[in-house]
Amino acid sequence: MAKRIDVSGLTAYYGSHKAIEDISMTVEPRSVTAFIGPSGCGKSTFLRTLNRMHEVTPGGRVEGKVLLDDEDLYGTGIDPVAVRREVGMVFQRPNPFPTMSIFDNVAAGLRLNGNYKKSELNDVVEKSLKGANLWNEVKDRLNKPGSGLSGGQQQRLCIARAIAVEPKVLLMDEPCSALDPISTLAIEDLIGELKERFTIVIVTHNMQQAARVSDRTAFFNLAAVGQPGRLIEIDDTERIFSNPSVQATEDYISGRFG
Amino acid sequence: MDISTTTDAPPPTPSRPTTAEGKRTARGATRPGDRIFLGLSRGSGILLLVIMAAIAVFLTYRAALAIGKDHGSFLTTFEWNTNVLPPTFGIAVLAFGTIVSSVIAMAIAVPVAVAIALFITHYAPRRMSGPVAYVIDLLAAVPSIVYGLWGALVLVPHMNGLYGWLNDFFGWTGVFSWQEGAPRSMLTVGILLSIMILPIITNVSREVFRQVPQMHEEAALALGATRWEVIRMSVLPFGRSGVISASMLGLGRALGETMAVATVLSPSFDIQASLLDPGGGTFAQNIASKFSEANEFGRDALIASGLVLFVITLVVNGAARVIIARRSEYSGANA
Repeated sequence: MAKRIDVSGLTAYYGSHKAIEDISMTVEPRSVTAFIGPSGCGKSTFLRTLNRMHEVTPGGRVEGKVLLDDEDLYGTGIDPVAVRREVGMVFQRPNPFPTMSIFDNVAAGLRLNGNYKKSELNDVVEKSLKGANLWNEVKDRLNKPGSGLSGGQQQRLCIARAIAVEPKVLLMDEPCSALDPISTLAIEDLIGELKERFTIVIVTHNMQQAARVSDRTAFFNLAAVGQPGRLIEIDDTERIFSNPSVQATEDYISGRFG
Repeated sequence: MDISTTTDAPPPTPSRPTTAEGKRTARGATRPGDRIFLGLSRGSGILLLVIMAAIAVFLTYRAALAIGKDHGSFLTTFEWNTNVLPPTFGIAVLAFGTIVSSVIAMAIAVPVAVAIALFITHYAPRRMSGPVAYVIDLLAAVPSIVYGLWGALVLVPHMNGLYGWLNDFFGWTGVFSWQEGAPRSMLTVGILLSIMILPIITNVSREVFRQVPQMHEEAALALGATRWEVIRMSVLPFGRSGVISASMLGLGRALGETMAVATVLSPSFDIQASLLDPGGGTFAQNIASKFSEANEFGRDALIASGLVLFVITLVVNGAARVIIARRSEYSGANA
């Protein structure tokens, strides 16, 4: 079931470079939280700290706490591999496994976990593809390669792959930035459905998108190039876009930024 | 950034109205630099084809002269007597020896090379991967006669232990039985060849593994894959065709290796059932050891055997291409 994320005092580095500094926020379960802000402000980096993907980058390291319900993801003895099974991720560019069929792509996570039955697998793949609104388009060619689908379909395939393992949280890193408007709309509709079951965090450069899909919006900014990114404010999306409490937020969303 | 925009063909240049000069202006003016480069590259391409055709014609012509007078059956005779009348010779022993030694070499070298390449690209700390790769490169720079001498002086005397062990435990299969002869046999040759082809397979595999897009590895990581599972799900499938190509390069070298085989093997014109008993021969080894003493006709016969090696190499490469092409719709190149 969906879980709450509680971040306190989180700072992330690339080697000696401090990318984000002292971020604290709470993400409610079964809600959509959007991260907006200028390029380089660290919103993607912050997102990647939430499933311990940041440390995959050479030199990447993190200080601070990320609580998933009551468990600290950076606590001692926590296996990052186990964390990533709880916190799924969808990337900017659709990245289905090119050598796998559509079916195998969706089943990949389950096969990693090991304990499943063959009959179960078919059901989970169907359910996940239906959950990603892709079933009707691909049900006749499940054994064809996933890389043969269109960009928008590939991205929904990646979403199906991520939700097949029933994560507690779904992280999305600009999931629509490589897609055309119609595919974008399909993904946005899907996000609205998925939030019934998952806690969703989405990074986006598109402020209309943030306004359309999210319940809460967090604005990130950095003082200057080379300075670490910071969380400026997080509030209900409606309030952020109508009456933000910080001037910098208003400047950014009204386009007077920089 | 969407990669499809960079791989798409450029939009056709709008054609200008054709003038009396015809199609040249339709594609824009040709500049001297373009013409020179076009001539150079086209000339090089044609030259390559001409050379290949010339080699094929030469081999086929000389081979036909010899095969026409062969008293035995060229493909199945277990003899190589070209100085007697009537001459009797056949390539059965050579084909067997060449293929067996190369298969042994591949069976050892490919897994080890892939493992080294994975270690360098995905496991070793950066400080270590550079030196390891450098040492592997050095292996490629050692001349094959040096490998041959090392094989004859160091490897052969040290094979007794392994041979005895294989004979004790697997001698009953017949393939690994040993008559206590000097271990100058196909197995030793195969082991030596595997060391010689290791660098080329390792280096090409390493480059392929290094080119696996970050996003494919992250896709596996984000699903909760361990490092080995990332390699299994993303790296190996992506690198598969590259590893096959690398193996074919190695196989090409193993098939054609001459000096090292000639130095280590104790040749004879028969097929040993056991890989551990000395004897047999390979195409290249046979040519090298017989060519200097052969008369005109004997040389033609050796050339005929060279032609067979040429054909085997072509067939092997063709088969590899088929394997790669058969699953190309699943290849990483479609990503």
